[in-house]
Amino acid sequence: MSNYYESSDLSRFAEVGTHNKALMDKFFEYYAMATGTDGALTKREKQLIGLAVAHTIQCPYCIDAYSTGCLEAGADPAQMTESIHVAAAVRGGASLVHGVQMLNVLEKVGA
Amino acid sequence: MEFNNLGIPMIIPIVEPEIAPASRFDFHESLARHGLELKPTSIDTLQVNVGKLCNQACHHCHVDASPIRTESMDRRTAERCIQVLAGHPGITKLDITGGAPELNPNFDWMVKEARTLGKHVMVRHNLTVQFDGNPVTGESKEYLPEFFAEHRCEVISSLPFYSQYFTDKQRGKGVFDKSIEGIRRLNDAGYGKPDSGLLLNLVYNPAGAFLPASQGSLEADFKRELWNRSGLLFNNLYTITNMPIHRFREDLLRHGGYDEYMTKLVNAFNPDAAGGVMCRSLISVDYDGRLSDCDFNQMLDIPLDAAVPRSIFDWDFDAILHRRIVFADHCFGCTAGAGSSCGGTTA
Repeated sequence: MSNYYESSDLSRFAEVGTHNKALMDKFFEYYAMATGTDGALTKREKQLIGLAVAHTIQCPYCIDAYSTGCLEAGADPAQMTESIHVAAAVRGGASLVHGVQMLNVLEKVGA
Repeated sequence: MEFNNLGIPMIIPIVEPEIAPASRFDFHESLARHGLELKPTSIDTLQVNVGKLCNQACHHCHVDASPIRTESMDRRTAERCIQVLAGHPGITKLDITGGAPELNPNFDWMVKEARTLGKHVMVRHNLTVQFDGNPVTGESKEYLPEFFAEHRCEVISSLPFYSQYFTDKQRGKGVFDKSIEGIRRLNDAGYGKPDSGLLLNLVYNPAGAFLPASQGSLEADFKRELWNRSGLLFNNLYTITNMPIHRFREDLLRHGGYDEYMTKLVNAFNPDAAGGVMCRSLISVDYDGRLSDCDFNQMLDIPLDAAVPRSIFDWDFDAILHRRIVFADHCFGCTAGAGSSCGGTTA
C-alpha cells in the first residue's frame, strides 16, 4: 500500500461489509434513499448538498463521487461552485462565531 | 467514479460469481445474462448520413465531421434512397444527418422529394450553419428556417446546455451565442410554438465522461431557462449518452478514463432501455449507400450482417427486416441508464 488514498478503492466500498454484510446493506439502502432520489428536495439539490459536505469533511472519495453525481443530476459547474462556497462560508463562520468566546474571555480577564 | 441510477456509488459485488460477467465490456454476454434477444421489429426510419462536411468540429462528434471532410453523398445515391422510400410505405420517416446535412448539394432536393412522398422528414440541424454557411463554397444557409417550415421538417438540434460554458466547451467558442440566435430564427419561422405543428427538438449530451441527468428534469430546466433568459421555445429535449467511439474515445484514452467510462456504461446496463434501442426500427445509410444497423456502426465501418444486402443499391426489405443486428462494445452507450437513441431515452 503506497498511499492511504487510492481512487480505485472507492469502487471497493462494499468490501467494508465483508465481515458484516447485513449492516452494510442497511447502510446502502438508507444511503440511496437519503441522497439518490427526488423527495422534498430534488436529487440534484441533494447531490449539491453532498458536494458541499464532501468539501467540509475533505473526503476525496466523496468529492469524486459527488462531483460526478452533481453532473449526472443536471447541475453545472456554476451551481457546484456555489455549493462549495456555502460549505466554506459555514465552515469559516463556525470559526469566527467562536470569537464571541474570545470576547467573553477578554471581558473576564478585564482586557 | 460511477453512480447507479439511485445516485449512490457503484459497488462491485463482493461474491456473486454466478452472475459475474465473463467480460465487463461484452455486450452479447449482457444481453444473454438478461435473457434478451434483440431482433428488428420494423424498418420505419431510413436514417441517411449525407456526408461528413460540417461547419463545426465538435469535441465529441462521433462522425469526426469538420470543415475539411470531403465525403458527400452523390445524386445517384440520393435518388436511390428516395426510390427505396417510394417503394416502401411502411418506411414513414426520413432522418437526414451528417456532418451538417444541409451542406450536401442534394439536401434540398431530398427533402422536397421525401415530402412529396408523404414521408416525415427529420433534419439533424446544428443551428450555426444558418450563420456560417458552407465552409467550402461560402454559400449562405440563412434560408434554412423558412425552408424547413415550408416543407414542415422536424428539426433536431444539439444544444449541450442552456448556458454558454458547457455548450462552447463541447462545440466550440461562440457556438452558444449563434445557437441561441439560430433557435430564435426557427421560433420566428414558427418552430417550437404551440399549435404550429413545427417541431423543434433539442438534444443534450453530457460535456464529459458522465451519464445524462433525467430527460424530464433537464427538459424542464431547458424550457424554463431558455424562456427566462432568451424568450426561446422548443418542443422536446432528447438526452443522449456520449458514445465511446472516435473523438470521444480518443479523448478518454488520452486522459486514462476509457476503462472507467466503459465500466460505468456496463454497470448501468438497463434491460428495459435495451428493448427500445433504435437499431430495431431503423436502417442507416452512409454517403456511399452502404447500410448499417445505426449511425454509430456506420462510423465504425460495421456494415449489416453479411447474410443480407449491405448497399442501398441491393435493397431487399424482407431480408433486411429479418437480419441479425450487429452489436459491439459501444452498444453499451445506448443501453445505459434510461437508454439513448437519436430520439432520446429508450426506457
